[in-house]
Amino acid sequence: MSLRRSPSRTRKVLIGTAALFLIVVLAAGTLYRVLPARAALVADLSDHLIAITTGFSGASVLLFGATEQAGDIVVIVRGPSQPVLMHRKSRVAGVWINTASMTIENVPGFYAVASSRPLEDVASESIRRRHQMGVEYLPIAPPLTKASPNIAEQWKAGLIRNQQRSGLFPRVTGRVNFLGERLFRTRLELPANVPTGTYRVEVFHLREGRVVGAQTTPLSVSKVGLEAEVFDFAQNRSALYGLIAILVALVAGWIGHIVFRKG
Amino acid sequence: MQVYLPIAEISVDALLLLGLGGIIGFLSGLFGVGGGFLMTPMLIFIGIPPVVAVATQANNVIASSVSGVFAHWRRGNVDFKMGWVLLAGGFAGSTVGVGLFSLLRSLGQIDLVINLSYVVFLGTIGALMMVEGTRAMMRRRRKAAPRKLHQHSWLHGLPLKTRFRKSRLYISALVPLAIGFGVGVLSAIMGVGGGFILVPAMIYLLGMPTAMVIGTSLFQIIFVAANVTFLQAAQNQTVDVVLAMLLLVGSVVGAQVGTRIGSRLQGDWLRLLLGILVVAVCSKLFVDLFTPPVDIYTLGVPL
Repeated sequence: MSLRRSPSRTRKVLIGTAALFLIVVLAAGTLYRVLPARAALVADLSDHLIAITTGFSGASVLLFGATEQAGDIVVIVRGPSQPVLMHRKSRVAGVWINTASMTIENVPGFYAVASSRPLEDVASESIRRRHQMGVEYLPIAPPLTKASPNIAEQWKAGLIRNQQRSGLFPRVTGRVNFLGERLFRTRLELPANVPTGTYRVEVFHLREGRVVGAQTTPLSVSKVGLEAEVFDFAQNRSALYGLIAILVALVAGWIGHIVFRKG
Repeated sequence: MQVYLPIAEISVDALLLLGLGGIIGFLSGLFGVGGGFLMTPMLIFIGIPPVVAVATQANNVIASSVSGVFAHWRRGNVDFKMGWVLLAGGFAGSTVGVGLFSLLRSLGQIDLVINLSYVVFLGTIGALMMVEGTRAMMRRRRKAAPRKLHQHSWLHGLPLKTRFRKSRLYISALVPLAIGFGVGVLSAIMGVGGGFILVPAMIYLLGMPTAMVIGTSLFQIIFVAANVTFLQAAQNQTVDVVLAMLLLVGSVVGAQVGTRIGSRLQGDWLRLLLGILVVAVCSKLFVDLFTPPVDIYTLGVPL
Protein backbone atom coordinates (compact mmCIF):
# COMPACT_ATOMS: atom_id res chain seq x y z
CA MET A 1 0.00 0.00 0.00
CA SER A 2 2.69 2.31 0.99
CA LEU A 3 4.59 1.35 -2.10
CA ARG A 4 1.55 2.14 -4.36
CA ARG A 5 0.77 5.40 -2.63
CA SER A 6 4.33 6.61 -2.92
CA PRO A 7 4.41 7.16 -6.74
CA SER A 8 0.98 8.92 -6.69
CA ARG A 9 2.18 11.21 -3.96
CA THR A 10 5.27 11.97 -5.95
CA ARG A 11 3.11 12.79 -8.97
CA LYS A 12 0.91 15.10 -6.88
CA VAL A 13 3.94 16.96 -5.61
CA LEU A 14 5.27 17.25 -9.15
CA ILE A 15 1.95 18.57 -10.46
CA GLY A 16 1.71 20.98 -7.57
CA THR A 17 5.18 22.30 -8.21
CA ALA A 18 4.50 22.70 -11.92
CA ALA A 19 1.24 24.56 -11.20
CA LEU A 20 2.96 26.85 -8.76
CA PHE A 21 5.71 27.51 -11.27
CA LEU A 22 3.12 28.29 -13.93
CA ILE A 23 1.33 30.71 -11.61
CA VAL A 24 4.56 32.47 -10.77
CA VAL A 25 5.47 32.75 -14.45
CA LEU A 26 2.00 34.02 -15.38
CA ALA A 27 2.01 36.49 -12.50
CA ALA A 28 5.46 37.68 -13.43
CA GLY A 29 4.35 38.11 -17.05
CA THR A 30 1.35 40.16 -15.99
CA LEU A 31 3.44 42.22 -13.63
CA TYR A 32 5.97 42.75 -16.39
CA ARG A 33 3.25 44.13 -18.60
CA VAL A 34 1.85 46.32 -15.80
CA LEU A 35 5.25 47.69 -14.76
CA PRO A 36 6.80 50.07 -17.31
CA ALA A 37 9.76 48.97 -19.34
CA ARG A 38 13.01 50.77 -18.53
CA ALA A 39 14.23 51.40 -22.08
CA ALA A 40 10.96 52.74 -23.39
CA LEU A 41 12.12 56.32 -23.89
CA VAL A 42 13.91 57.57 -26.99
CA ALA A 43 14.71 61.23 -27.59
CA ASP A 44 17.07 63.25 -29.75
CA LEU A 45 17.87 66.82 -30.78
CA SER A 46 17.55 68.26 -34.28
CA ASP A 47 21.08 69.57 -33.83
CA HIS A 48 23.86 68.70 -31.39
CA LEU A 49 26.01 71.71 -32.21
CA ILE A 50 24.96 75.33 -31.96
CA ALA A 51 27.44 77.35 -33.97
CA ILE A 52 27.97 80.95 -32.86
CA THR A 53 28.73 82.96 -35.96
CA THR A 54 28.83 86.72 -36.59
CA GLY A 55 25.08 86.94 -37.05
CA PHE A 56 24.21 84.84 -33.98
CA SER A 57 21.13 86.12 -32.20
CA GLY A 58 20.09 83.12 -30.19
CA ALA A 59 19.14 79.63 -31.32
CA SER A 60 16.26 77.23 -31.24
CA VAL A 61 16.75 73.47 -31.12
CA LEU A 62 14.03 70.91 -31.66
CA LEU A 63 13.92 68.05 -29.18
CA PHE A 64 11.75 65.13 -30.23
CA GLY A 65 11.19 61.59 -29.03
CA ALA A 66 8.85 58.74 -28.32
CA THR A 67 7.80 56.75 -25.30
CA GLU A 68 6.33 53.25 -25.30
CA GLN A 69 3.58 54.34 -23.01
CA ALA A 70 1.68 57.49 -22.27
CA GLY A 71 2.96 59.64 -19.46
CA ASP A 72 4.58 62.97 -18.79
CA ILE A 73 7.81 64.34 -20.20
CA VAL A 74 10.09 66.81 -18.42
CA VAL A 75 13.10 68.27 -20.24
CA ILE A 76 15.94 70.06 -18.42
CA VAL A 77 18.64 71.98 -20.29
CA ARG A 78 21.73 72.86 -18.27
CA GLY A 79 24.70 74.96 -19.37
CA PRO A 80 28.30 74.48 -18.23
CA SER A 81 28.78 75.18 -14.51
CA GLN A 82 31.19 77.69 -13.05
CA PRO A 83 31.75 79.62 -9.83
CA VAL A 84 30.00 83.01 -9.57
CA LEU A 85 31.09 85.94 -7.44
CA MET A 86 28.16 87.82 -5.89
CA HIS A 87 27.88 91.07 -3.96
CA ARG A 88 25.21 92.35 -1.62
CA LYS A 89 24.59 96.07 -1.29
CA SER A 90 23.35 97.86 1.76
CA ARG A 91 22.84 101.44 2.73
CA VAL A 92 25.70 103.15 4.52
CA ALA A 93 25.13 106.84 5.32
CA GLY A 94 22.55 107.03 2.55
CA VAL A 95 24.83 105.57 -0.11
CA TRP A 96 24.33 102.07 -1.51
CA ILE A 97 27.61 100.18 -1.38
CA ASN A 98 28.72 96.56 -1.53
CA THR A 99 29.00 95.33 2.03
CA ALA A 100 29.21 91.57 1.55
CA SER A 101 30.37 89.19 -1.14
CA MET A 102 30.15 85.46 -1.64
CA THR A 103 31.45 82.97 -4.19
CA ILE A 104 28.92 80.33 -5.18
CA GLU A 105 30.25 77.17 -6.77
CA ASN A 106 28.77 75.20 -9.67
CA VAL A 107 26.25 77.69 -11.00
CA PRO A 108 24.94 76.48 -14.36
CA GLY A 109 25.50 79.08 -17.07
CA PHE A 110 22.05 78.29 -18.43
CA TYR A 111 19.07 76.44 -16.98
CA ALA A 112 15.68 75.88 -18.59
CA VAL A 113 12.85 73.43 -17.97
CA ALA A 114 10.10 72.24 -20.32
CA SER A 115 7.24 70.01 -19.28
CA SER A 116 4.15 68.42 -20.78
CA ARG A 117 2.01 69.58 -17.82
CA PRO A 118 2.69 72.02 -14.96
CA LEU A 119 5.57 70.60 -12.93
CA GLU A 120 3.50 70.47 -9.71
CA ASP A 121 1.03 68.13 -11.44
CA VAL A 122 3.72 65.94 -12.95
CA ALA A 123 5.76 65.04 -9.91
CA SER A 124 5.79 65.38 -6.15
CA GLU A 125 8.12 67.84 -4.46
CA SER A 126 10.56 65.14 -3.39
CA ILE A 127 10.84 63.83 -6.97
CA ARG A 128 11.32 67.36 -8.32
CA ARG A 129 13.97 68.03 -5.70
CA ARG A 130 15.80 64.79 -6.44
CA HIS A 131 15.97 65.47 -10.19
CA GLN A 132 16.36 69.28 -9.85
CA MET A 133 13.21 70.05 -11.84
CA GLY A 134 12.89 73.80 -11.33
CA VAL A 135 15.39 76.55 -10.41
CA GLU A 136 14.36 76.40 -6.76
CA TYR A 137 15.87 72.92 -6.53
CA LEU A 138 19.26 73.82 -7.99
CA PRO A 139 22.00 73.34 -5.37
CA ILE A 140 23.39 76.86 -5.78
CA ALA A 141 23.16 78.29 -2.27
CA PRO A 142 26.33 79.42 -0.48
CA PRO A 143 27.81 76.72 1.77
CA LEU A 144 26.28 76.54 5.25
CA THR A 145 29.72 77.11 6.77
CA LYS A 146 29.54 80.67 5.42
CA ALA A 147 25.87 81.55 5.85
CA SER A 148 22.94 80.41 7.96
CA PRO A 149 20.20 78.53 6.04
CA ASN A 150 18.02 81.63 6.03
CA ILE A 151 20.74 83.93 4.68
CA ALA A 152 21.89 81.28 2.19
CA GLU A 153 18.36 81.15 0.77
CA GLN A 154 18.43 84.92 0.21
CA TRP A 155 21.72 84.72 -1.68
CA LYS A 156 20.33 81.91 -3.79
CA ALA A 157 17.14 83.83 -4.57
CA GLY A 158 19.25 86.87 -5.50
CA LEU A 159 21.39 84.78 -7.82
CA ILE A 160 18.31 83.30 -9.50
CA ARG A 161 16.76 86.78 -9.98
CA ASN A 162 19.97 88.04 -11.61
CA GLN A 163 20.15 85.06 -13.94
CA GLN A 164 16.47 85.46 -14.82
CA ARG A 165 16.94 89.14 -15.66
CA SER A 166 19.71 88.30 -18.10
CA GLY A 167 17.58 85.54 -19.65
CA LEU A 168 19.94 82.72 -18.67
CA PHE A 169 17.35 81.10 -16.39
CA PRO A 170 14.15 81.54 -18.46
CA ARG A 171 11.24 82.35 -16.14
CA VAL A 172 8.62 80.35 -18.02
CA THR A 173 8.56 76.58 -18.15
CA GLY A 174 8.63 75.49 -21.77
CA ARG A 175 5.90 73.33 -23.22
CA VAL A 176 6.39 69.72 -24.32
CA ASN A 177 3.71 68.78 -26.84
CA PHE A 178 2.46 65.25 -27.39
CA LEU A 179 1.44 64.12 -30.85
CA GLY A 180 -0.92 61.32 -29.97
CA GLU A 181 0.09 59.33 -26.90
CA ARG A 182 3.62 58.35 -27.74
CA LEU A 183 5.36 61.03 -29.76
CA PHE A 184 6.49 64.26 -28.14
CA ARG A 185 8.38 67.37 -29.17
CA THR A 186 9.54 70.68 -27.70
CA ARG A 187 11.61 73.67 -28.76
CA LEU A 188 14.61 74.63 -26.69
CA GLU A 189 15.23 78.37 -27.00
CA LEU A 190 18.71 79.69 -26.24
CA PRO A 191 19.17 83.50 -25.97
CA ALA A 192 22.01 85.40 -27.69
CA ASN A 193 24.04 85.74 -24.48
CA VAL A 194 24.33 82.00 -23.72
CA PRO A 195 27.74 80.89 -22.50
CA THR A 196 29.72 78.55 -24.71
CA GLY A 197 30.51 74.99 -23.67
CA THR A 198 28.88 71.60 -23.40
CA TYR A 199 25.25 71.57 -22.32
CA ARG A 200 23.37 68.62 -20.86
CA VAL A 201 19.83 67.96 -22.02
CA GLU A 202 18.00 65.57 -19.69
CA VAL A 203 14.69 64.01 -20.71
CA PHE A 204 12.56 62.39 -17.98
CA HIS A 205 9.57 60.13 -18.60
CA LEU A 206 7.17 60.08 -15.67
CA ARG A 207 4.11 57.99 -14.97
CA GLU A 208 1.89 58.57 -11.98
CA GLY A 209 4.47 60.84 -10.44
CA ARG A 210 7.38 58.44 -10.74
CA VAL A 211 10.35 58.66 -13.06
CA VAL A 212 10.20 55.55 -15.22
CA GLY A 213 12.74 56.49 -17.85
CA ALA A 214 15.47 59.04 -18.40
CA GLN A 215 17.90 59.94 -21.12
CA THR A 216 20.73 62.46 -21.30
CA THR A 217 21.91 64.05 -24.52
CA PRO A 218 24.82 66.47 -24.89
CA LEU A 219 24.46 69.77 -26.74
CA SER A 220 27.50 71.78 -27.71
CA VAL A 221 27.50 75.57 -28.02
CA SER A 222 30.65 76.96 -29.56
CA LYS A 223 32.03 79.80 -31.62
CA VAL A 224 32.97 78.91 -35.19
CA GLY A 225 34.72 80.65 -38.07
CA LEU A 226 35.82 84.25 -37.62
CA GLU A 227 34.35 84.54 -34.12
CA ALA A 228 36.34 81.53 -32.92
CA GLU A 229 39.54 82.75 -34.60
CA VAL A 230 39.31 86.23 -33.06
CA PHE A 231 38.65 84.73 -29.63
CA ASP A 232 41.52 82.21 -29.87
CA PHE A 233 43.87 84.90 -31.14
CA ALA A 234 42.96 87.20 -28.25
CA GLN A 235 43.59 84.37 -25.78
CA ASN A 236 46.76 82.88 -27.21
CA ARG A 237 48.65 85.81 -28.74
CA SER A 238 47.28 88.55 -26.52
CA ALA A 239 50.19 91.02 -26.83
CA LEU A 240 50.11 90.85 -30.64
CA TYR A 241 46.32 91.14 -30.53
CA GLY A 242 46.64 94.34 -28.47
CA LEU A 243 49.13 95.83 -30.92
CA ILE A 244 46.90 94.99 -33.88
CA ALA A 245 43.89 96.53 -32.12
CA ILE A 246 45.90 99.75 -31.62
CA LEU A 247 47.09 99.73 -35.22
CA VAL A 248 43.55 99.23 -36.54
CA ALA A 249 42.35 102.19 -34.47
CA LEU A 250 45.24 104.40 -35.63
CA VAL A 251 44.63 103.58 -39.29
CA ALA A 252 40.87 104.04 -38.92
CA GLY A 253 41.37 107.47 -37.38
CA TRP A 254 43.78 108.47 -40.14
CA ILE A 255 41.46 107.20 -42.92
CA GLY A 256 38.63 109.16 -41.35
CA HIS A 257 40.73 112.28 -41.53
CA ILE A 258 41.75 111.68 -45.19
CA VAL A 259 38.20 110.97 -46.30
CA PHE A 260 36.88 114.11 -44.66
CA ARG A 261 39.67 116.36 -45.89
CA LYS A 262 38.79 115.44 -49.47
CA GLY A 263 35.05 115.52 -48.89
CA MET B 1 21.19 94.04 -37.70
CA GLN B 2 22.46 91.81 -34.89
CA VAL B 3 26.18 91.16 -34.62
CA TYR B 4 27.77 88.69 -32.22
CA LEU B 5 30.77 90.08 -30.34
CA PRO B 6 33.41 87.36 -29.85
CA ILE B 7 34.99 88.69 -26.64
CA ALA B 8 31.96 90.29 -25.00
CA GLU B 9 30.07 87.07 -25.90
CA ILE B 10 26.76 88.76 -26.56
CA SER B 11 24.87 89.82 -29.64
CA VAL B 12 24.02 93.50 -30.16
CA ASP B 13 22.51 95.74 -32.82
CA ALA B 14 25.27 97.03 -35.14
CA LEU B 15 23.36 100.24 -35.95
CA LEU B 16 23.05 101.04 -32.26
CA LEU B 17 26.83 100.76 -31.88
CA LEU B 18 27.47 102.92 -34.96
CA GLY B 19 25.15 105.60 -33.59
CA LEU B 20 26.70 105.44 -30.13
CA GLY B 21 30.18 105.75 -31.62
CA GLY B 22 29.02 108.72 -33.68
CA ILE B 23 27.66 110.66 -30.70
CA ILE B 24 30.74 110.03 -28.56
CA GLY B 25 33.05 110.89 -31.48
CA PHE B 26 31.17 114.13 -32.04
CA LEU B 27 31.62 115.16 -28.40
CA SER B 28 35.25 114.09 -28.56
CA GLY B 29 35.98 116.32 -31.57
CA LEU B 30 33.97 119.19 -30.12
CA PHE B 31 35.47 119.29 -26.64
CA GLY B 32 38.76 117.42 -26.90
CA VAL B 33 37.69 114.78 -24.39
CA GLY B 34 38.16 111.09 -25.12
CA GLY B 35 34.55 110.39 -24.28
CA GLY B 36 35.37 107.38 -22.10
CA PHE B 37 33.42 108.81 -19.19
CA LEU B 38 30.29 108.68 -21.37
CA MET B 39 31.05 105.61 -23.48
CA THR B 40 31.80 103.16 -20.67
CA PRO B 41 28.47 103.62 -18.82
CA MET B 42 26.59 103.49 -22.16
CA LEU B 43 28.22 100.21 -23.18
CA ILE B 44 27.52 98.68 -19.79
CA PHE B 45 23.93 99.88 -20.10
CA ILE B 46 23.41 98.00 -23.40
CA GLY B 47 24.71 94.81 -21.81
CA ILE B 48 28.45 94.69 -22.55
CA PRO B 49 30.32 93.21 -19.56
CA PRO B 50 32.01 96.10 -17.65
CA VAL B 51 35.56 94.74 -18.05
CA VAL B 52 35.11 94.50 -21.83
CA ALA B 53 33.46 97.94 -21.98
CA VAL B 54 36.34 99.67 -20.15
CA ALA B 55 39.03 97.99 -22.26
CA THR B 56 37.33 98.34 -25.63
CA GLN B 57 36.35 101.98 -25.26
CA ALA B 58 40.06 102.75 -24.76
CA ASN B 59 40.70 101.23 -28.19
CA ASN B 60 37.93 103.34 -29.67
CA VAL B 61 39.30 106.49 -28.06
CA ILE B 62 42.55 106.00 -30.01
CA ALA B 63 40.68 106.18 -33.32
CA SER B 64 38.55 109.20 -32.50
CA SER B 65 41.53 111.04 -31.00
CA VAL B 66 43.76 110.37 -34.03
CA SER B 67 41.03 111.59 -36.33
CA GLY B 68 40.57 114.69 -34.16
CA VAL B 69 44.30 115.40 -33.80
CA PHE B 70 44.83 115.43 -37.57
CA ALA B 71 42.01 117.90 -37.98
CA HIS B 72 43.37 120.14 -35.21
CA TRP B 73 46.94 119.79 -36.42
CA ARG B 74 45.94 121.09 -39.83
CA ARG B 75 44.61 124.19 -38.10
CA GLY B 76 47.87 124.50 -36.15
CA ASN B 77 46.15 123.79 -32.86
CA VAL B 78 48.43 121.14 -31.36
CA ASP B 79 51.26 122.11 -29.01
CA PHE B 80 53.46 119.03 -29.38
CA LYS B 81 56.04 120.21 -26.88
CA MET B 82 53.38 120.62 -24.21
CA GLY B 83 51.87 117.28 -25.24
CA TRP B 84 55.12 115.38 -24.68
CA VAL B 85 55.65 116.95 -21.24
CA LEU B 86 52.08 116.07 -20.19
CA LEU B 87 52.55 112.58 -21.54
CA ALA B 88 55.73 111.96 -19.54
CA GLY B 89 53.85 112.91 -16.37
CA GLY B 90 50.85 110.84 -17.51
CA PHE B 91 52.82 107.62 -17.93
CA ALA B 92 54.40 107.95 -14.49
CA GLY B 93 51.01 108.78 -12.97
CA SER B 94 49.16 105.88 -14.58
CA THR B 95 51.79 103.41 -13.35
CA VAL B 96 51.22 104.64 -9.79
CA GLY B 97 47.47 104.64 -10.44
CA VAL B 98 47.42 100.99 -11.53
CA GLY B 99 49.11 100.04 -8.25
CA LEU B 100 46.56 102.07 -6.30
CA PHE B 101 43.75 100.41 -8.26
CA SER B 102 44.95 96.93 -7.25
CA LEU B 103 45.17 98.01 -3.62
CA LEU B 104 41.62 99.39 -3.62
CA ARG B 105 40.31 96.29 -5.35
CA SER B 106 41.85 94.04 -2.73
CA LEU B 107 40.05 96.16 -0.12
CA GLY B 108 36.80 95.41 -1.98
CA GLN B 109 35.63 98.99 -2.48
CA ILE B 110 36.84 99.88 -5.96
CA ASP B 111 33.28 100.45 -7.26
CA LEU B 112 32.56 102.99 -4.58
CA VAL B 113 35.86 104.80 -5.10
CA ILE B 114 35.25 104.97 -8.87
CA ASN B 115 31.74 106.36 -8.40
CA LEU B 116 32.76 108.84 -5.73
CA SER B 117 35.73 110.13 -7.73
CA TYR B 118 33.47 110.55 -10.76
CA VAL B 119 30.98 112.54 -8.72
CA VAL B 120 33.59 114.68 -6.98
CA PHE B 121 35.73 115.45 -10.04
CA LEU B 122 32.96 115.74 -12.59
CA GLY B 123 30.89 117.84 -10.22
CA THR B 124 33.67 120.25 -9.31
CA ILE B 125 35.03 120.65 -12.82
CA GLY B 126 31.64 120.86 -14.50
CA ALA B 127 30.34 123.47 -12.07
CA LEU B 128 33.52 125.57 -12.41
CA MET B 129 33.35 125.48 -16.19
CA MET B 130 29.70 126.45 -16.26
CA VAL B 131 30.22 129.38 -13.91
CA GLU B 132 33.35 130.56 -15.68
CA GLY B 133 31.88 130.13 -19.18
CA THR B 134 28.74 132.07 -18.27
CA ARG B 135 30.72 134.84 -16.60
CA ALA B 136 33.04 135.19 -19.60
CA MET B 137 30.14 135.48 -22.01
CA MET B 138 28.40 138.09 -19.87
CA ARG B 139 31.64 140.04 -19.68
CA ARG B 140 31.96 140.06 -23.46
CA ARG B 141 28.36 141.12 -23.86
CA ARG B 142 29.09 144.13 -21.64
CA LYS B 143 32.04 144.81 -23.95
CA ALA B 144 34.45 145.09 -21.09
CA ALA B 145 38.19 145.08 -21.64
CA PRO B 146 39.52 141.65 -22.68
CA ARG B 147 40.83 139.71 -19.71
CA LYS B 148 44.47 138.86 -19.37
CA LEU B 149 45.67 135.64 -20.96
CA HIS B 150 46.37 134.19 -17.52
CA GLN B 151 46.97 135.30 -13.98
CA HIS B 152 50.43 135.11 -12.51
CA SER B 153 50.75 133.01 -9.36
CA TRP B 154 53.31 131.04 -7.36
CA LEU B 155 53.19 128.44 -10.18
CA HIS B 156 55.25 130.83 -12.24
CA GLY B 157 58.00 131.00 -9.64
CA LEU B 158 59.01 127.34 -10.07
CA PRO B 159 62.31 126.35 -11.68
CA LEU B 160 62.82 124.72 -15.13
CA LYS B 161 61.13 127.57 -16.96
CA THR B 162 60.37 126.56 -20.51
CA ARG B 163 58.92 128.41 -23.42
CA PHE B 164 55.85 126.76 -25.04
CA ARG B 165 55.76 128.87 -28.18
CA LYS B 166 52.52 127.47 -29.61
CA SER B 167 50.60 128.07 -26.41
CA ARG B 168 52.28 131.44 -25.91
CA LEU B 169 53.37 130.40 -22.43
CA TYR B 170 56.61 130.75 -20.51
CA ILE B 171 56.19 128.54 -17.45
CA SER B 172 57.97 125.89 -15.43
CA ALA B 173 57.89 122.45 -17.11
CA LEU B 174 57.13 121.01 -13.66
CA VAL B 175 53.55 122.33 -13.82
CA PRO B 176 52.39 120.38 -16.91
CA LEU B 177 54.43 117.41 -15.66
CA ALA B 178 52.53 117.43 -12.36
CA ILE B 179 49.19 117.88 -14.11
CA GLY B 180 49.97 114.94 -16.40
CA PHE B 181 50.90 112.85 -13.37
CA GLY B 182 47.71 113.66 -11.46
CA VAL B 183 45.54 112.95 -14.49
CA GLY B 184 47.44 109.69 -15.07
CA VAL B 185 46.66 108.50 -11.52
CA LEU B 186 42.99 109.40 -11.84
CA SER B 187 42.59 107.90 -15.31
CA ALA B 188 44.03 104.58 -14.14
CA ILE B 189 41.60 104.47 -11.22
CA MET B 190 38.57 105.72 -13.12
CA GLY B 191 39.32 103.73 -16.27
CA VAL B 192 39.07 106.72 -18.61
CA GLY B 193 41.50 108.70 -20.75
CA GLY B 194 41.27 111.66 -18.42
CA GLY B 195 40.46 114.28 -21.05
CA PHE B 196 37.65 115.78 -19.04
CA ILE B 197 40.09 116.49 -16.21
CA LEU B 198 43.00 117.41 -18.45
CA VAL B 199 41.10 119.97 -20.54
CA PRO B 200 39.99 122.15 -17.61
CA ALA B 201 43.39 121.75 -15.95
CA MET B 202 45.12 123.05 -19.08
CA ILE B 203 42.69 125.93 -19.42
CA TYR B 204 42.65 127.09 -15.82
CA LEU B 205 45.97 125.94 -14.35
CA LEU B 206 48.24 126.43 -17.35
CA GLY B 207 46.26 129.25 -18.95
CA MET B 208 46.48 127.75 -22.45
CA PRO B 209 44.15 129.04 -25.19
CA THR B 210 41.04 126.82 -25.44
CA ALA B 211 41.58 125.94 -29.11
CA MET B 212 45.17 124.81 -28.40
CA VAL B 213 44.04 122.83 -25.34
CA ILE B 214 41.70 120.57 -27.32
CA GLY B 215 44.22 119.51 -29.96
CA THR B 216 46.98 119.00 -27.39
CA SER B 217 44.72 117.04 -25.06
CA LEU B 218 43.67 114.72 -27.90
CA PHE B 219 47.34 114.23 -28.81
CA GLN B 220 48.26 112.98 -25.36
CA ILE B 221 45.05 110.92 -25.02
CA ILE B 222 46.11 108.82 -28.04
CA PHE B 223 49.11 107.54 -26.11
CA VAL B 224 47.30 107.02 -22.81
CA ALA B 225 44.52 105.09 -24.58
CA ALA B 226 47.01 103.01 -26.55
CA ASN B 227 48.79 102.11 -23.31
CA VAL B 228 45.50 101.08 -21.68
CA THR B 229 44.44 99.07 -24.74
CA PHE B 230 47.69 97.18 -24.82
CA LEU B 231 47.72 96.40 -21.09
CA GLN B 232 44.08 95.28 -21.11
CA ALA B 233 44.57 93.07 -24.18
CA ALA B 234 47.78 91.51 -22.90
CA GLN B 235 46.75 90.98 -19.29
CA ASN B 236 43.00 90.48 -19.32
CA GLN B 237 42.10 89.62 -22.95
CA THR B 238 39.15 91.99 -22.68
CA VAL B 239 39.54 94.11 -25.84
CA ASP B 240 36.82 93.21 -28.34
CA VAL B 241 37.99 94.25 -31.81
CA VAL B 242 34.62 93.62 -33.43
CA LEU B 243 32.96 95.95 -30.92
CA ALA B 244 35.81 98.47 -31.28
CA MET B 245 35.55 98.51 -35.08
CA LEU B 246 31.82 99.16 -35.05
CA LEU B 247 32.26 101.95 -32.53
CA LEU B 248 35.20 103.56 -34.28
CA VAL B 249 33.54 103.81 -37.68
CA GLY B 250 30.91 105.95 -35.98
CA SER B 251 33.31 107.88 -33.80
CA VAL B 252 35.79 108.73 -36.57
CA VAL B 253 32.99 110.33 -38.59
CA GLY B 254 31.55 111.95 -35.47
CA ALA B 255 34.93 113.40 -34.44
CA GLN B 256 35.31 115.13 -37.83
CA VAL B 257 31.86 116.70 -37.60
CA GLY B 258 32.54 117.70 -34.00
CA THR B 259 35.85 119.37 -34.86
CA ARG B 260 34.24 121.35 -37.67
CA ILE B 261 31.43 122.63 -35.49
CA GLY B 262 33.82 123.24 -32.60
CA SER B 263 36.02 125.50 -34.74
CA ARG B 264 33.03 127.75 -35.44
CA LEU B 265 32.05 128.06 -31.79
CA GLN B 266 33.71 130.43 -29.36
CA GLY B 267 35.87 129.08 -26.55
CA ASP B 268 33.47 130.37 -23.89
CA TRP B 269 30.57 128.56 -25.47
CA LEU B 270 32.56 125.34 -25.69
CA ARG B 271 33.50 125.55 -22.03
CA LEU B 272 29.91 126.24 -21.01
CA LEU B 273 28.59 123.31 -23.07
CA LEU B 274 31.21 120.90 -21.78
CA GLY B 275 30.44 122.12 -18.27
CA ILE B 276 26.74 121.35 -18.75
CA LEU B 277 27.53 117.89 -20.13
CA VAL B 278 29.88 117.04 -17.30
CA VAL B 279 27.43 118.26 -14.67
CA ALA B 280 24.63 116.21 -16.27
CA VAL B 281 26.67 112.99 -16.13
CA CYS B 282 27.75 113.81 -12.59
CA SER B 283 24.16 114.39 -11.43
CA LYS B 284 23.12 111.03 -12.84
CA LEU B 285 25.94 109.27 -10.98
CA PHE B 286 25.20 111.23 -7.82
CA VAL B 287 21.53 110.25 -7.88
CA ASP B 288 22.49 106.61 -8.57
CA LEU B 289 24.58 106.50 -5.42
CA PHE B 290 21.49 107.20 -3.32
CA THR B 291 18.86 105.37 -5.38
CA PRO B 292 17.91 101.95 -4.03
CA PRO B 293 19.31 99.40 -6.52
CA VAL B 294 17.07 97.17 -8.65
CA ASP B 295 18.41 94.22 -6.68
CA ILE B 296 20.66 94.39 -3.64
CA TYR B 297 22.30 91.21 -4.89
CA THR B 298 24.51 91.61 -7.96
CA LEU B 299 26.79 89.31 -9.87
CA GLY B 300 30.39 90.37 -9.50
CA VAL B 301 32.84 91.02 -12.28
CA PRO B 302 34.73 87.76 -12.89
CA LEU B 303 38.40 88.47 -12.30
